[in-house]
Amino acid sequence: MIAVKELTKRYARTTAVDRISFSVEKGQIVGFLGPNGAGKTTTMRVLTCFLPPSAGTATVAGFDVLAQPREVKKRIGYLPETPPLYPEMATVDYLRFVGKLKGLSGAELDKRVDYVLGRCFISDVKQKLLGKLSKGYRQRVGLAQAIIHNPEVLILDEPTAGLDPKQINETRDLIKSLAGDHTIILSTHILPEVEHTCEQVIIINKGKLVATDSVRNLEARTRGVEAVLLEVAGRDGVVDTAVVQHRLEQVSGVAQVIAKETKDLRLTFEVQSQKGQLVRGDLARAVVESGWDLNELRAAGMSLEEIFLELTGSEAVKDKEIEKAPAEEKETSQEQTS
Amino acid sequence: MRNTWTICRKELGSYFVSPIAYLLLTMFGVVFGFFFWNALRYFVVAGIEMQMRGESVPMNINEDIIRPLLSNASVIFLFLIPLITMRLFAEEKRSGTIELLATSPVRDIEIILGKWFAALVLYACMLLFTALDFVFLFIYGKPDWKPMAVGYLGLLLQGGLFLAIGAFLSTLTKNQIIAGALTFGVCILLWVFEWVSGYESATWATVVSYLSVITHFDSFARGVIDSKDVIFYLSGIFLGLFATARSMESLRWRS
Repeated sequence: MIAVKELTKRYARTTAVDRISFSVEKGQIVGFLGPNGAGKTTTMRVLTCFLPPSAGTATVAGFDVLAQPREVKKRIGYLPETPPLYPEMATVDYLRFVGKLKGLSGAELDKRVDYVLGRCFISDVKQKLLGKLSKGYRQRVGLAQAIIHNPEVLILDEPTAGLDPKQINETRDLIKSLAGDHTIILSTHILPEVEHTCEQVIIINKGKLVATDSVRNLEARTRGVEAVLLEVAGRDGVVDTAVVQHRLEQVSGVAQVIAKETKDLRLTFEVQSQKGQLVRGDLARAVVESGWDLNELRAAGMSLEEIFLELTGSEAVKDKEIEKAPAEEKETSQEQTS
Repeated sequence: MRNTWTICRKELGSYFVSPIAYLLLTMFGVVFGFFFWNALRYFVVAGIEMQMRGESVPMNINEDIIRPLLSNASVIFLFLIPLITMRLFAEEKRSGTIELLATSPVRDIEIILGKWFAALVLYACMLLFTALDFVFLFIYGKPDWKPMAVGYLGLLLQGGLFLAIGAFLSTLTKNQIIAGALTFGVCILLWVFEWVSGYESATWATVVSYLSVITHFDSFARGVIDSKDVIFYLSGIFLGLFATARSMESLRWRS
């Protein structure tokens, strides 16, 4: 349904999108994931024919975005990051206006307007001015305008940004319910969103494609690897971190041992196994046989979040640690509530 | 064509739902009403004085009231037109609604014509306000309606030109005030360019004064349709809308 090949978009000084290729099958929900400024919005703008690509091609439903933009536009519903609403218009008038722009008329238009009003739960505000609506309603009206002409492809740029947790859940359910009839690309920098709504993930960072796979595969990719946290203490008080670490590395199947922290007499390590190796039992035995105490041993499963950080590279992590600005913290807390 | 109409209706809605249209109409109505009252009073006083002196210089409502008033109106509009056009594109760019228009299966030129035509309709409504004043002249006198109609045609053409320039300047920025100020500056310059011909007769001066929009209005005010002036306005409108289209297209390549 959507095919992107070697797509590049350069602005005056920066390259926002750098040779990205991916394709999306009909009827899928695809999560477009990346930190802020990764190039998500730019890619979406190219797909919606708002911006022309600098190099490479993008086709939607078989039509090229440069050669046949009108055919592409007819088949796409787009919700930009801020819903494109005219504050002085009433909801229903606005939807009629957008419907006409997308080529609907007469009874068909009436029918579709009624349909999206119901589908997006905005019937109760249909006579209200858009400028007076709350953020949640604005977002839903934005979705309603995107689906008004029943497009084959829906492109949603951060559809849940700035909503409260309840609204986020409502919006997600709404998007999921749309999946059967439409092919959906939705961008987000919030991970749980992808886990909850999408089947397929495309991860980009700094304009480059990092990974594209199904959510299940991405999780499975690291499933064979066991990550274990263990806390070791010396019997008679003194243990040397290096000695313990060395001993743990001797255990067969262990890929990596990282010394985490040393508190009083307790040492914490994170151990990662090689693919397909179960090492927990051997680790416990090794510790006990060496005469140390095993205080704690638990699995540290890799969440999509860690996969993401791993894939987008240590740079992203570093960035996050360096600028622990209030804005950044606010964003993380938002992620947690979601 | 259908899309142009859709956009035009929406724009008219924006003008007339918000206070913009009513504010402009009221302001113009009051200012023009004052001009009208002044001209009429001067005309009446002059008439009485002449009667008292026993002179009988022929007085003509068309020549002494309507013609100068239409010229005045064309100057008042210089100040009001930036207020009509400044929001046309700047507002859409600021609020992001331009993305909706640009990603809908609509041609740029349909968007531009729709917006320009809506602005022209609001402008025409303002012109109608002047007609309200002139109704009194028809009740109490017998002015000739034909030169008046020509004058209105001239005002409409001149307004169309200024609106096209304003639309173009509004595509250049996200900021309505910048768009308005630019339009205002350009309109004023196009008005005062004709002064050049007063002290300079070189070719460049002829060209510059030819560009002056106001000089082309004189013939219309006199009740004469001069094809040279009609062509000036029409080609100006075309140029303005063409520049708007190019500017909209370049937004996509620059941004």
